[in-house]
Amino acid sequence: MKALGRWEGMLAGLILLLYAGFGIGVDGFLSPYALADGTVNVSERLVIAMAMAMLICAGEIDLSIAATMALASLAMGLAMQAGAPLPLMLLAGVATGAACGLLNGWLVTRRGLPSIVVTIGTLSLYRGLALVLLGDQAITGYPEALSTLGNGTLGDLVGVPWLIVPIEFGIAVLFAGGVAVWMHRTVHGRRIYAVGANPVAARFSGIAVDRYRLGLFVFAGVAAALAAALLTGRIGSTRPNLAAGWELDAITIALLGGVAIQGGRGSMVGVMLAALLLGGFTFALGMLNVPGIVVSTILGALLIGAMVLPKVLPAPGSRVG
Amino acid sequence: MTAGRFTSLREASLLAVIVALVLLVGWRAPVFLTLRSALDVANESALLAILVAGQMVVLLTRGVDLSVASNLALTGMVCALVGQAVPSLPIGVLLALAVGVGAALGAVNGLLIALCRLPPIVVTLGTMAVYRGVAYLASGGAWVSEQDIHAGIKALPRAELLGVPLLIVIAAGVVGAVAAWLRWGPAGREVRALGNNPDAAVYVGIPERTRLLQVYALSGALAGLAGVLWVGRYAIAFTDLAAGYELTVIAACVIGGVSIAGGIGRMGGAMAGVLFIGVVNAALPVIQVSPFWQQAIAGAVILLSVALNAGSQARTRARQPILEKA
Repeated sequence: MKALGRWEGMLAGLILLLYAGFGIGVDGFLSPYALADGTVNVSERLVIAMAMAMLICAGEIDLSIAATMALASLAMGLAMQAGAPLPLMLLAGVATGAACGLLNGWLVTRRGLPSIVVTIGTLSLYRGLALVLLGDQAITGYPEALSTLGNGTLGDLVGVPWLIVPIEFGIAVLFAGGVAVWMHRTVHGRRIYAVGANPVAARFSGIAVDRYRLGLFVFAGVAAALAAALLTGRIGSTRPNLAAGWELDAITIALLGGVAIQGGRGSMVGVMLAALLLGGFTFALGMLNVPGIVVSTILGALLIGAMVLPKVLPAPGSRVG
Repeated sequence: MTAGRFTSLREASLLAVIVALVLLVGWRAPVFLTLRSALDVANESALLAILVAGQMVVLLTRGVDLSVASNLALTGMVCALVGQAVPSLPIGVLLALAVGVGAALGAVNGLLIALCRLPPIVVTLGTMAVYRGVAYLASGGAWVSEQDIHAGIKALPRAELLGVPLLIVIAAGVVGAVAAWLRWGPAGREVRALGNNPDAAVYVGIPERTRLLQVYALSGALAGLAGVLWVGRYAIAFTDLAAGYELTVIAACVIGGVSIAGGIGRMGGAMAGVLFIGVVNAALPVIQVSPFWQQAIAGAVILLSVALNAGSQARTRARQPILEKA
């Protein structure tokens, strides 16, 4: 389960190429403020992409992760309207996320249902509940502290004005780093890979397969709540269509990062690099006024290209971890 | 044969639920029990039925086609643009164009899946983004609005054949043909065998790659056909046409008892799933429940129907990893 390999090297090279290319081609792309701005759209996606990567490594998938974000954000908004202070609001969000994950995990492990079907169902259910509760309304008026979480810089926190790294990005990288260490340096991580590689063999080796699966779904729910807190703070409002379609972004990041869709293989460092690559790319095209839909078209093509290339090239990039 | 009896029991109970739902809604609002309202539901469901017929065949092979809604949007846009540029074109040519373009897009999925051996969910996730993006590029982001839509395309949904709306006739024809192909066509039976046990299917000499290619091309062709009909029905073509509709299509299949794990599923069940979604969507406004409930109800029903099916699904699932790692 190597964290670094040929695939990660290629991603790092692509990131360098991207920043060098756009740095020369686009005026101001390499200015510190632009670089800091470029991390914003990727931070929340990085958080859910890490959780998604863990699930895919374990041979599962969570298509409801973005819908869970909407519900968690909604829970924070409702808690605020009920007069709860910020810590209680965040707790409400996390509890909602965990509950959503628990339902997914329960259906998958206790009822023995395939996670793709379960989470297509809960995607509809969670997003539908957000629609029912909010209708065409939006919740706004979040406290200043939450807005700082989404828009402030680490420099503001410690009183160093030149440190313009967004707080969001700091939290996301910390979170992703924690996940990477957990997956690559602890026995639990190795067991998760084992579950994904062959659940039957893993069970016979004494791994509590279903407990890991359930735990991962709950963790994905909590990660969605964290991402929802960051996103809600950044945009300052909750709408039922919050983060719509982000589950696909998270899957794209995980797979581009080299995680095998069949489970059992994938480096978390690769996922982090893929998130940075896609984030930088999206931001650069944004600066060039390329419409969002064209960007997602290119990302779709990239995703397929990332899958086809190792099959076509003589030296396969799909090494066994 | 227990599997066969199990599915028909499932279908019977789903139909019973639909009938109960219709009667319940009809009791609250008698207007729901009229022929007019039944025709509305059937008309609404016709496009979904066409897409479900294609998706079900893909699901039978253990695949999935997430790109159907994007394919629909792109093909619909191409037909709208061609129809706008050449208003004198006969409608038959446009229909052929829709099926052709759709099949070509589906074949791209099929080639990547069958020849490059890529997982269907990843491939169609990618082409889902690409096809919709190409629809944007083809139109430059502009809408093709009502007055610019080819008269023939607009006339399609209003046309009738022996008093039955043409949309329903087309859907019935497509569904019947695909069902017959699955039931009696040697290729159709091979498709089901392929999903039931891919390794055994290859051992007995089923041409796996050819069948996969055909299946995705079929799903694409039907998405293309649905695309031109969709443009006609709503008299508009734009980039976000039917965005997210792929989930509704898959939901109808799952509610109808088609297994995502492949090999299991019948056209009758899938059509009951289509009918269920059509009835629920039509019933909500009638009993004055906010349409915002639609999505939540669909989700709950998917979960309920797969949980009810847990026995057979769990068996397939338990079998699967061992086979795949073999």
